[in-house]
Parts: sequence; structure tokens; C-alpha cells
Amino acid sequence: MNLLSSIDLTWVIGGPQGGGVETAANIFAGACAGCGLKVFGKREYYSNIKGEHSYFGVRVSDKIIRSNVSGITILVGFDAETLFRHIEDVVNDGAIVYETDLTSVKIDEVATLDDLFKQRFVEYLSSKNKPTTIQGALDSAKERGVTLYPVSFKTILSNLADETKNPKMRGMFRMQNVLAVSISLGLLGLPPDTLLTSVDSVFSRKKDIAEMNRNAANYTYNFATAKYPKFKYQLTPISKQPGTILVQGFQSTGIGKIASGCRFQSYYPITPASDESVYLELHEIFDVENNRPGSIFVVQAEDEISAIGMVIGAALTGTRASTSTSGPGFSLMAEALGWAGINEVPIVVTLYQRSGPSTGLPTRHGQDDLLFAIHAGHGEFPRIVYASGDIEEGFYDTAKCFNFAENFQLPVIHMMDKFIASTVATVQKFDINKISIERGKLLDKIDTPGYKRFAPSSDGISPRSRLGLENGIFWNTGDESDEYGHISEDPVNRITMMDKRAHKAELALQKIPKEDQAINHGIYDFCIVSWGSTKGPILDAIEMLKKDGHKVGFIQIKLLNPFPSDYLKTLFENVKTVIDIEANHSGQLGSLFNEYMDRKVDYYILKYTGRPMTCTEVYDSLKKILENKAERKQVLTYGV
Amino acid sequence: MVSNLADYKTEVHNDWCPGCGDFGIVNAIQMALAEMEIPRNKAAIFSGIGCSGKTSHFINTYGVHTLHGRVLTFAQGAKLANPEMTIVAAGGDGDGLGIGAGHFVAAGRRNVDMTYLIFNNAVYGLTKGQASPTLKLGLKTKSLPEPNVNQSVNPIALAIASGFTFVARGYAYDVRQLKDLIIAAVRHKGLAFLDVLQPCPTYNDINTRDWFAGMDNIDEITKKPRPRIYKLEDTGYDPVVHIDSPEEENEKLTQALIKSNEWDTKIPTGIFYRNETTAPYEERMSERIPNYLENPPAKQEISSGSRAITNISKLLSSLEV
Repeated sequence: MNLLSSIDLTWVIGGPQGGGVETAANIFAGACAGCGLKVFGKREYYSNIKGEHSYFGVRVSDKIIRSNVSGITILVGFDAETLFRHIEDVVNDGAIVYETDLTSVKIDEVATLDDLFKQRFVEYLSSKNKPTTIQGALDSAKERGVTLYPVSFKTILSNLADETKNPKMRGMFRMQNVLAVSISLGLLGLPPDTLLTSVDSVFSRKKDIAEMNRNAANYTYNFATAKYPKFKYQLTPISKQPGTILVQGFQSTGIGKIASGCRFQSYYPITPASDESVYLELHEIFDVENNRPGSIFVVQAEDEISAIGMVIGAALTGTRASTSTSGPGFSLMAEALGWAGINEVPIVVTLYQRSGPSTGLPTRHGQDDLLFAIHAGHGEFPRIVYASGDIEEGFYDTAKCFNFAENFQLPVIHMMDKFIASTVATVQKFDINKISIERGKLLDKIDTPGYKRFAPSSDGISPRSRLGLENGIFWNTGDESDEYGHISEDPVNRITMMDKRAHKAELALQKIPKEDQAINHGIYDFCIVSWGSTKGPILDAIEMLKKDGHKVGFIQIKLLNPFPSDYLKTLFENVKTVIDIEANHSGQLGSLFNEYMDRKVDYYILKYTGRPMTCTEVYDSLKKILENKAERKQVLTYGV
Repeated sequence: MVSNLADYKTEVHNDWCPGCGDFGIVNAIQMALAEMEIPRNKAAIFSGIGCSGKTSHFINTYGVHTLHGRVLTFAQGAKLANPEMTIVAAGGDGDGLGIGAGHFVAAGRRNVDMTYLIFNNAVYGLTKGQASPTLKLGLKTKSLPEPNVNQSVNPIALAIASGFTFVARGYAYDVRQLKDLIIAAVRHKGLAFLDVLQPCPTYNDINTRDWFAGMDNIDEITKKPRPRIYKLEDTGYDPVVHIDSPEEENEKLTQALIKSNEWDTKIPTGIFYRNETTAPYEERMSERIPNYLENPPAKQEISSGSRAITNISKLLSSLEV
């Protein structure tokens, strides 16, 4: 594999859900980021509260990274399941840090491992003539060259108890996470002060726990550096780039909403979207330049139907309002979406996709809802569907989505997904000066009576009153209506109103800047077309190919409805081979491309296991296409 | 000075059936708004789907005719974003107690300061007379092919169980009482529910105006009909929770539930239950967001020209590495 830089390794920690895996990963990521290194981590978990396997993979580099790779450099396991699940993903020159007590555990004894997995793994171990135990799996890894670091976490805890004169320490198995991070960073040679700073920061809300973890981290780090030889790969601090933040995806749209002036959010709990709403509620009060503290009013509704209803009601008062949901919730919102469409109400629906249909893979990634977002709701009405490719786009696009909603007076669906939501990465600090707030034809006052909410205008957009405004009384109805908003079944009026609303799609294509419609990452004979969070793995794969001397273009489409086909046709004019890359089964963007572009996608690279693409597998599959060895459709499978 | 009633009427043609109870309800709403002198731009009527859904078009205030069953969701969103508005939500019994029953219960738990009227005629009129959730078991109104096989829901009891803090019943043909009830409901601090008995002259041939008047039940001695409808206040009934104590609340809840079960020969109207010791949602949120009522979502400045004026630097510095 052709990695991008001198430091580029992936550290994976796993454990039962609820066991502190995320805390450990945050300490690790924080320590690396504190040394100026770039971090890209992702969390994978089951739909379960406690006990099932969850894991966090953190990739660290001294250069910009935007995705995960296939393969693990260091695996940390203090439970048998983590070791069984991931051991074969450890690269040949990688390492495994494991609890020595576990070696005799048989695969059959791990209840939370799926039977299908067990079956595959037993076959694998048998083919290597190894017993179906942790020891067997470790031996098999060792034969490939993997370095083993056996650790007795129990002994460390007991030594710590003696050292700190705190006998309770002996039973603090929750602290294994912190011990594991400390050992890992010791092996990787990162300075201990960054580890301790990160521990303090992660436990900043709980001072006494911070102290205990700090001591444990310090002790274990020193223990590891004294006991084990240095690992082959080392992390060295580099100069910190000012203004770097370590941020999770769901925070990007949350901060984006606060910055863009969204002041009302209603939601119903759903993975992976509700993290954003909870974040907003946690930060519901903030400073505003006018010296009146601002706030966002967050309502947990009884269902998603109520959530979108409340959002529409709030938007009618002139408030910027939004909801955040995932596929099943969005399904319930379809009817009200049409109401917002016919009544020209600006709302933003942040759609954090996961794998469907139905409950599908409720905690896993997917991009299955593109066509649904474009078509949800009965009847015909204009809407904007806009997709972000990564965490930073999530922030800036949130602002754009509110502007689209108000400029064109329609519902906007902002496509995000589980991959972005649960990614934690170092990015450049969001700059609020780069966003603008455009409120379109929203009225502050109306001087004369006779206001008509749906009055005709040259561009089809009518001046918009809001509940409470004097002389601004209007009516809304889900029925077809006249200019005042009263029910009308008149056929001539129907044509006027349908045309008026439909025109907004053309207007959006004229007014939205081209660079906001699609990002041109380079155009070559071979050119990728994609949307959303595949951006990171694609860009990383393209750079890897560049080192091999291959040039591959990439057009990232952000405005997916209305589809900017005229602009895209100019971009694809000289492209010879079009490669569609998406995290769904049918190639949904591909079908839009085929419909609108007067040409067909030549190759598809698809993934629908619920696990995000790694740059490695995108690189491998692109390489096959370049070498003319690829099937028309390649399906990616990496990840557990 | 009483505002001009005519100001609260629109010129929209009213296409309800002749004799429909809905006329009385829309008149009562207009009269109540006029009597309270609520500026037209400070009131909004939200309505659901069905005959009652058209109500918002006949009243000259802001009018939002929403989706079937969802009127409370839109109305709560608007009220919470702009708490200065007087919000009256209106819908049918199928709308609020069938397709929208979940929102009914959830709204009770929130207790947002607004008023909800159900036009209760026990049938789905606009779709030609199917049984609604309030039609009694075994009744066969005229367009039903077979008698109703479902039990009816008791709207008053459901409202009380859900947490509505003002629960009352009016009668569409007693416009004066209904107007007074609407005024009391609007002035109540919290979520007010009004069950309005509203005979459907076209599809409900059982619970008719004559039936409510007791024309089928003539007193043998006086030869006069024995009306089913009576007023709770005429019986010395006290619906109010006067002091904030669980005993007082239990007593008033229990008597209201008992009253809500009266039906066949005696049907109470008036206020069943009223409790202002429970904080409205807005008050609960003000404890979290102290300046919420002065600076609610709809009043907040978010930009200066096109420049965003929210300060996000604290949020960002907590993420800085």
C-alpha cells in the first residue's frame, strides 16, 4: 500500500458498548492532536446499550487525512471479542496489545460474536492448524510478523493500588481503557505530557476522576516505556497549526445552526441524528453581538411528524427553524414536507442517513436516501437537496441551506450521514466570517393593508410576512390556494400557482453559485462522480494514485436537487470514463447521472455493508479500472 | 370598548351544510376574539383537516390550515417561537382523537399556553360519514353499512389524563356559553381543551339537535322534552384547583372524571377541570432560558446586514487542540 506520509498509522481500541471505548479514543485522539498531528477517527457500534462490541479506529498522520485505511497498525484488546473481531486486520508489521488472561478463551465462549462470524473465523483458524482460541489467533498473527505485547491489566491495577494506597484501584476495570491508551502512547513514543493534558481535558467535568486517571496514565506510560521495546512506528510531535479543532461531525451542523441564526429545533430521538439536537440543547444559550443573550429553543417531540410540524409552525413566525433526523424519521415527515412545499415555508431538515430500509442497520453508515430525499412526499413541489462531503462542509453548508430555504422559500434537505456524524477529526477552526445570512424576501414591516402572501412577482418569490406582523395577515392551507392563501380549486389559478412554485427550481439553478453546486476536484480522462461523505476516501485514494503516476478526476456534486445538469455537462465534456462511487446498493447518484447527463456511468464502485469506505479499498478498485481489469460494478466489503 | 365583530370575519364563502353546528363555533370564536379585543395580527387560528379545518379561512386573523391530525404540532411550534401570539387550534374529533391522538396526549404533557377546540360530531363528515372515535359502540348513523364496532373515546377524560390544565365542554348551538368558554380557555395560563358538541345534520342522524334537546324524551307530566344538555355551573360544581396540593388536585381530577362519564340522559357542559398551579411549558423553559419570553426565537436578531452576529468562539475554543 502506498501511504501518503512518513507518519500514518491506525490505532484501534475495542470493547463492550458502555465500557469506555469512546473515552479512550478521545484521549488518544486528543493527545495526538495536541502534538500537532492530524487525526481521523471513526466509531462503530451495535444497536445496543451495553455489552455488544463497539470500537474506535483512529488514524494519525503528519499530513492531511480525510478517511480511514484498511488495516490496523496497533490493536488494543482487553476483551476476547475485540481480539477475535479485528486480529486479522492487523497489518503484518503491526502490533497487538492484549490482556494475558484472555489467551485460553475459546471463540465459542464469546456470546456476542455472531454465529456467521464465528463460522468464518473457525474455518480460517482450522486452515492454519490453530486452535480456536485467542492464543490460536495470536499465534497466527505472530506468524505473519505481527508484534505481540502481552499485558496484565489486572497486575497493573493491583500495582497502582499499592502505589497510590488506594485498594479500590484493584477492581477499577473501567480504567483499563485509560491504561490501554497510556501503554499505546508509550510504545508509540509520544511525550507523556500530551497524554496527561488530554486526560485532564477529557475528564475536565469530573475533577476527582481526572486526578485518578491522570495518576494511572502516568504510571502506566512509564511502566510501558520501561518494560517493552519501542514499537517500529513512532509518533513524533510536529508544529501545531494554529486554529485547529478536534471535532465530531454532528457538532459541525450543530455549531452551524447556532451560527446561522437557527433559533428553533424540534426532533425525535434517532441514531445517528439526535446527537446534534442534544448538542444544541446543551449549548442552548450563547452570546450575540447585540448584548442580548441568544438562545435556541430545542423541543423533543413525540414523533418526527410532530417535529416537522413544530418546525413549520416556528418558521411561519419568521424564525429560522430546523429538524434533524435519519431515514425512518424522514419517512414520517414526508407529508408535512409537501405542506411546507405548497405553502412555501423555509425549513431545513438535516438528514443524517444510515442504512435502510426499515430499521436496516440502525447504527451503521449508508447513503441510501438520496432518491427518497428528492422524491419524498406526494404531489409535485420544489425542494433543495444539498449534500455535505465532510465535517467542515457540514458547518458551512448548514448556513447555505438556511439561505436557500429563505431565498427560495422552500424546504431544504441537508444530506449528512452516519460516517460524518461519528467521525472525529482535526480540522481548521470554522470561520463564521465566511458565512452570510440571506433572509430573502422576509418582511419586517408592512405599511398598507391588502397583503397577499402568494402574490405574483417577476421571479416567482413573493414577499413573506410572518405571524404577528401588522398588515401582514395571511392564510395557509395544504389545499391549492389563491394569492391570499384561501382554498381555490380554480383550474386557471392552479396553473398559475403550480408554475409559480415550480419556477423556483430554475431560479435556484440560476442563483446558486456554480462552485456551490458541485466541487471540481480535477478533471481527467477518468473522472469520479460522487456525493457526500465518500469525498474523504476518494480524495485520499486519488492522492495515493498520484504517487503511482495515475491521474483521476473527481466531481463532487453538492446540489442534488434541482440537478445542475447544464453545469455538470460542461465539467464532464472531455471526460472519457465516468466512475460513480456511492455507499448504496443501486448507485442512486448514478441513476440521476444517467437520466440527466445524456450519457451513462461507465463504472460503479459501491458499498452497502454499513461500514464506510476506506481510502485503501477505493484506491484498489480505482486501480483495477485504470488497469482495465475491473467489472462494471465493484462492491466493497472492508470492515467489521 | 368591544372591537367590531365584523373585523374578525372574512369574505370567504362558507360551504358548510345548512344547519351545521360549525357555524355556531366559528361565530363564538369571532365573538370571543372581538370581546377580548385581541388585535387581529396577534391571533392565529390553526386548523386540521375536514369540515372543521376550513374554520381558519373564515376568521380574519392569521389562519393556518394544516394537515390531518397535525394541527397541534404546527400550533405549538408557532406559539413557542412567538409566545406573544394568541393561538387557537381547531380540529375535528377524527383529526384530534383518531389520527392525531398521539399529539393530543403529548400536547397535554407540555401544557403550552394555547387553546384547542375539537368539533365533536362523532362522524367523519367530509368523507361521507364514517364512524369517528367519539361515536358510541353499537350506533349506526345513517351512512354506516353496519353498526359501529368500536368503543368510543371519552375526550374529556383523555384530556384530563393527558395533563391538559383546562378542560371544558361547549355546545355548538349555545353560542353565548361557548363564547364565554373560549374566552376562559384563551385566558387560562396553560393548555386549554374544549370539547364542542357539534351535531352534523347530514351524517349523524342520532346525536341531533333534537336529541341533545331531549325531544325523544318527553316528561309525561309536563309534556315537555327533558334536555340532555345541562350546565355544570348551575349545579354548584367547582372545577378549580385552588391550592397547589396533591389532595386538592386528586379531588378535582376525580370529580371531573366522574362527570365526564355522564352521557345518555344527562350531558354536562361548562368547565370540568381547571388548574393553574401547573406551570405552562413556556414558564418551564424560562427557567432554562431566562430571557426566553422577552427574546423568543421569533424576536431574536441573528444578523447585521448579511453578517452573522452570533458569537461561536466559546463553542470553538472548547474544541481547540
